[in-house]
Amino acid sequence: MNPETVIDAVSAVFMVTGALMSLAAAIGLLRFPDLMSRMHAATKPQVLGLFLLLTALGLQMRTWWVWPVLLVAWLFQLLTVPVSAHMVGRAGYRTKHLHPELLSADELEAVVQQAAAKRRADGDTGR
Amino acid sequence: MNRKKVSLRQELPLLVWLVFVWCALWQNFSPGNLLFGALIAVLVARVFYLPPVELGGRFNVLRAVPFAIIFLGKVVAASFQVLYLAVARGPRVVSAIVAVPLRSHSDILVTATGHVISLIPGSLVVEVDRSTSTLYIHGINVRNAEDAAKLRKDVRDTEAGLIRILGTKEELSALTQESAA
Repeated sequence: MNPETVIDAVSAVFMVTGALMSLAAAIGLLRFPDLMSRMHAATKPQVLGLFLLLTALGLQMRTWWVWPVLLVAWLFQLLTVPVSAHMVGRAGYRTKHLHPELLSADELEAVVQQAAAKRRADGDTGR
Repeated sequence: MNRKKVSLRQELPLLVWLVFVWCALWQNFSPGNLLFGALIAVLVARVFYLPPVELGGRFNVLRAVPFAIIFLGKVVAASFQVLYLAVARGPRVVSAIVAVPLRSHSDILVTATGHVISLIPGSLVVEVDRSTSTLYIHGINVRNAEDAAKLRKDVRDTEAGLIRILGTKEELSALTQESAA
């Protein structure tokens, strides 16, 4: 078996698995019940999916200088994904886009209630 | 504008990163391009001033490499778990929001821990309480108190790993004492 075949085989496996991660995101978006569990499906499999696709791309290009670009592309994805997931999740929690019956525990609710009660006691009406 | 004076040593990681991005985008690591990139990096850092990130002053590469490998392994395992949950459990999946108090109060460590946790599928930072450095994490497929305890332990272990890589000396010695006890 020559190295060309091995590289082709590895990139093929990576590309198919990477595409599978996109499929996972799509299935998750359709099947999961509320905003936050959908966020898990929509954002997270792409960390791995993009990694696999970029690696396959790098293997196929056969030039070393594409690797830094691919690395930068992946790192920027790593930096931005959690921020957007957090912002959407936070906004979703505050606007009550969740199903309390599907939560086995909610340790944030008590804190929010407490803060709201304190604000009422201080005579502050929101703004 | 009130500017805190930044020493070159503190600014160096940022400059190196900017030069790297510049050269990666041009796909050209020749000395001329490196020099020009460095010039632009200094200019950008001067003109678009941001408050300096307060680092702990140390970075342990020997700890960082296994941490990165374990992180990738966790991402792979958790990605397939989310795929399985989406297909098999779907609308009946049960989640939880778990409060995890962290050891460290430094912004960089809380941010890094939150980032790593968010990147691993199955957990999502919903809210951060900076004053007590508590992360509120939405975990998928957390069905009972046992799962919640496991998630909490995972997060605290991740933080411990990050402290070993870039925490301050005080945090590191507190951690060694804790694990010895």
